[in-house]
Amino acid sequence: MHKDNQSLIFELSKPGRIGYSLPELDVPEVDVTSILSEGLIRTEDAELPEVSELDIMRHYTALSNRNHGVDTGFYPLGSCTMKYNPKINEAVARFPGFSRVHPLQDESTVQGALEVVYDLQEHLAEITGMPQVTLQPAAGAHGEWTALMMIRAFHEANGDTQRTKVLVPDSAHGTNPASATVAGFDTITVKSNEKGLVDLEDLKSKVGPDTAALMLTNPNTLGLFEEDILEMAAVVHGVGGKLYYDGANLNAVMSKARPGDMGFDAVHLNLHKTFTGPHGGGGPGSGPVGVTDELAAFMPKPVVEKVDDRFILNYDVPQSIGRVKPYYGNFGIYLRAYTYIRSMGPDGLKAVTEYAVLNANYMMRRLEPYFDLPYTQHCKHEFVLSGRRQKKLGARTLDMAKRLLDFGYHPPTIYFPLNVEEAMMIEPTETESKETLDNFIEAMIQIAKEVEENPEIVQEAPHTTVIGRLDETKAARKPVLRYVKEQLPVEETVQ
Amino acid sequence: MSTPKDLRYSEEHEWVKEEDGKYRIGITHFAQSELGDIVFVELPQVGDQLKSDEPFGSVESVKTVSELYAPLTGKVVEVNENLEDSPELVNESPYEGAWMVVVEIDNKAELDELMTAEQYEEMTAE
Repeated sequence: MHKDNQSLIFELSKPGRIGYSLPELDVPEVDVTSILSEGLIRTEDAELPEVSELDIMRHYTALSNRNHGVDTGFYPLGSCTMKYNPKINEAVARFPGFSRVHPLQDESTVQGALEVVYDLQEHLAEITGMPQVTLQPAAGAHGEWTALMMIRAFHEANGDTQRTKVLVPDSAHGTNPASATVAGFDTITVKSNEKGLVDLEDLKSKVGPDTAALMLTNPNTLGLFEEDILEMAAVVHGVGGKLYYDGANLNAVMSKARPGDMGFDAVHLNLHKTFTGPHGGGGPGSGPVGVTDELAAFMPKPVVEKVDDRFILNYDVPQSIGRVKPYYGNFGIYLRAYTYIRSMGPDGLKAVTEYAVLNANYMMRRLEPYFDLPYTQHCKHEFVLSGRRQKKLGARTLDMAKRLLDFGYHPPTIYFPLNVEEAMMIEPTETESKETLDNFIEAMIQIAKEVEENPEIVQEAPHTTVIGRLDETKAARKPVLRYVKEQLPVEETVQ
Repeated sequence: MSTPKDLRYSEEHEWVKEEDGKYRIGITHFAQSELGDIVFVELPQVGDQLKSDEPFGSVESVKTVSELYAPLTGKVVEVNENLEDSPELVNESPYEGAWMVVVEIDNKAELDELMTAEQYEEMTAE
């Protein structure tokens, strides 16, 4: 039972109730019309809610209690790596030496902050196998775009202006074709084969002198490792194209395999996924990009470099694509990622990958008897089930996702990737215990049984949340985006 | 819902209907039922050129956004403006009220690559 009051703050309002007290005016009162022009003066009442301080506290505390986050429960949202964010990250990010510096300070006064940036670049270079790293991009898709702009600048510098096409597998993250389009390329879709991997023959038939790059995530969105990656790299490089690695799934291979060693030319990382930056609620994210020496000349500037024992902001990068983020990117997230990498160490990061993969395979094999598993080989950090067996019995993946809310879980990613019917994409991450995994598995098994025995309970879920099943269609077709104070009916006001 | 016999079908789930030498295009009943409730339809403008097998618009459902692939190459001569305000027509009337565009085609040979109703039913029965 939820005791929380569902009234809007506006509905709690009582005329004349106030949550503040101001001292008596002790300066001469000024008529607002004497200092502001007519257009700047409000003619209607603002009608802000009139509530007490206690009303406000209860209202917003109740709202905050409705949140679901990694700190409150399991969050197996595939492709998002919703791992625990260690609290030591927050402690370090709050050190006054970091939290009280300003981006406009002279570099001689922020050597410590620049050292963190430089060291983090070095660590990420080692982890990805890419010699040069920029931390500037604000998040994953921004990193994709930044890398593509560097690839574009590289081709243009070589006079290769006919390279207008970017190849993207049909299982790619939706951001890949979007980033390619925004960077001015046309996208060409490469098909998957029956094993859920890129179809090498289809790739070969689509590359050519107009190929700018292939965008790939490895493991792919099915959680499967692209075994033919070296041959794919040879095919793309053979026609003069570049290979771009979407680092969304790095948690599956970190400290085990490096994009640089697979033949990639550019890589983006999500510090807010793999490296425990806070994720959700606006983050912010951080999407560093690593590149080969060949592409490094086009990095966003300024580039943080080390000269002797000092750290500098180098603006002298003649072929740079320019600055991609105000100041130097989301520095607060660098501190969290840096703290994570330093507190885990190389062996710790290796263990992260091992447990992420072990957890995913454990869940996949335990759920395999109850749901369709379209691709049966071992997975990496995530796996994709199909709800088509349940769909035939009348409950769709959407219904099962809603039912999971009744068990207190955030549902997995659903209806993605697009090449799996009624997809459920589950990523447990390494930070969950076997007990948590078992409890989620038991909930999934129960839901599968409910679909067979009593599908209504699934079709009508959720039952225990503050708000039940929403009309998503109406919400999309006729959204109500702002509160409008209830007005008296027109005829009454006229009389 | 049965698959209308007088239409031709593409592998990307578009239907094509010949009308006085022009071709009316929409998406199939099967496509709309897989997508679920449609909330937005993005279409080209009159005068735009469609190229066979290339995207010419998109349909957005509560689940996903899917591209519309042109079954034929040709010029758009009519666009169904009703879908802008009433995307639900795609669910309610995929073969009638929710036609999307009418095109004048360049290459009649492309018609031979489309499926008959029987062939399309066979493909979607899997």
